[in-house]
Amino acid sequence: MAEAKSRPVSPEARRPLSPHLQIYRPMLTMMMSIMHRITGIGLYLGTLLMAWWLIAAATDARAFATVSAVLGSIPGRLIMFGFTWALFHHMLGGIRHFIWDTGRGMDHPEREYLAQATLIGGILLTIVVWVAAYMAR
Amino acid sequence: MVELALPKNSRPTAGKTWPKPQGATNFREFRIYRWNPDDGANPRIDTYFVDMDDCGPMVLDAMLYIKSKIDPTLTFRRSCREGICGSCAMNIDGTNTLACTMDLSAIKGAVKIYPLPHMPVIKDLVPDLTRFYAQHASIEPWLQTDTPQPEAEWKQSPEDRFKLDGLYECILCACCSTSCPSYWWNGDRYLGPAALLQAYRWLIDSRDESTGARLDNLEDPFRLYRCHTIMNCAKACPKGLNPAKAIAEIKNMMVQRQT
Repeated sequence: MAEAKSRPVSPEARRPLSPHLQIYRPMLTMMMSIMHRITGIGLYLGTLLMAWWLIAAATDARAFATVSAVLGSIPGRLIMFGFTWALFHHMLGGIRHFIWDTGRGMDHPEREYLAQATLIGGILLTIVVWVAAYMAR
Repeated sequence: MVELALPKNSRPTAGKTWPKPQGATNFREFRIYRWNPDDGANPRIDTYFVDMDDCGPMVLDAMLYIKSKIDPTLTFRRSCREGICGSCAMNIDGTNTLACTMDLSAIKGAVKIYPLPHMPVIKDLVPDLTRFYAQHASIEPWLQTDTPQPEAEWKQSPEDRFKLDGLYECILCACCSTSCPSYWWNGDRYLGPAALLQAYRWLIDSRDESTGARLDNLEDPFRLYRCHTIMNCAKACPKGLNPAKAIAEIKNMMVQRQT
């Protein structure tokens, strides 16, 4: 066993791992892929809020008033605004991936256009919904 | 597994700044990843200055300048110097490409050079590509037939031959696979863009008779379906090929054979 201790580590085992995320230049499609994941996680949290709201509505008027007050506050509205954006961003991302799954729009520069359209479309749809909601009030 | 940070032994430290060449006025700064297997230290980033009046236009020219005139210990692979062998694949200015076809004038500021990302480093800019080659071998990249061999060659119509364009040009430099975050996190189970583009090259070859078995081999949540269309591969390919599209075509073939 003493020999095993003094045995030198093999050169393969000592090899470092070359840098990756730390050094790779951010690409639009790569960043959009990361955002798709993050908004996907955001949707889980947003759905919990939705569930909380629905459960409160089914419980009684007081519970519903509490949830409405929380979500209607300024921080609550900011969270709902973010949730709306995550929803649209993720939905358009899903459509983009659906188009790519058919083998279309994958070449340069179409793939960049699709990524830009997702990004801008998600923001625009969010603003449209919120403006419409405030106007309908 | 997704591990965003580098292991402790892999984090680069500040390295040596080598003296500027004597009597030169037109300098270009290079920051190059170094790792020596013999000294037990962490990787480091060395800084070199190249006399651009005495150097060719490509990144590889500058690296050869450094190796012959400043630091002969700088280690990297290179061979053809015209983008057909794939040896000098590395990460230059944040993107994987070939040093021999990367124009220095297309890079702003100091030129940063790293080995191909998320690979075990043998020395300096030389990564261990053993697994990458094994993955290529696993897709059995040769013509497979059951019918008796014809007297002359296996014939192919010009239309069927055109289907191989954009695929047969792959030089297996590994720029695409090592640019892919899915390959970084799951390179032990996901075949990666290069091997999959090669797989598609044989799947759509009209002469090949092993299409079903080839698809069976790829029908796996990791081997094929770890591609999440991140598209770094298509952006990195120094030959202008599109591995992401080839992978999408394989996925399509998987669906079509169900119907």
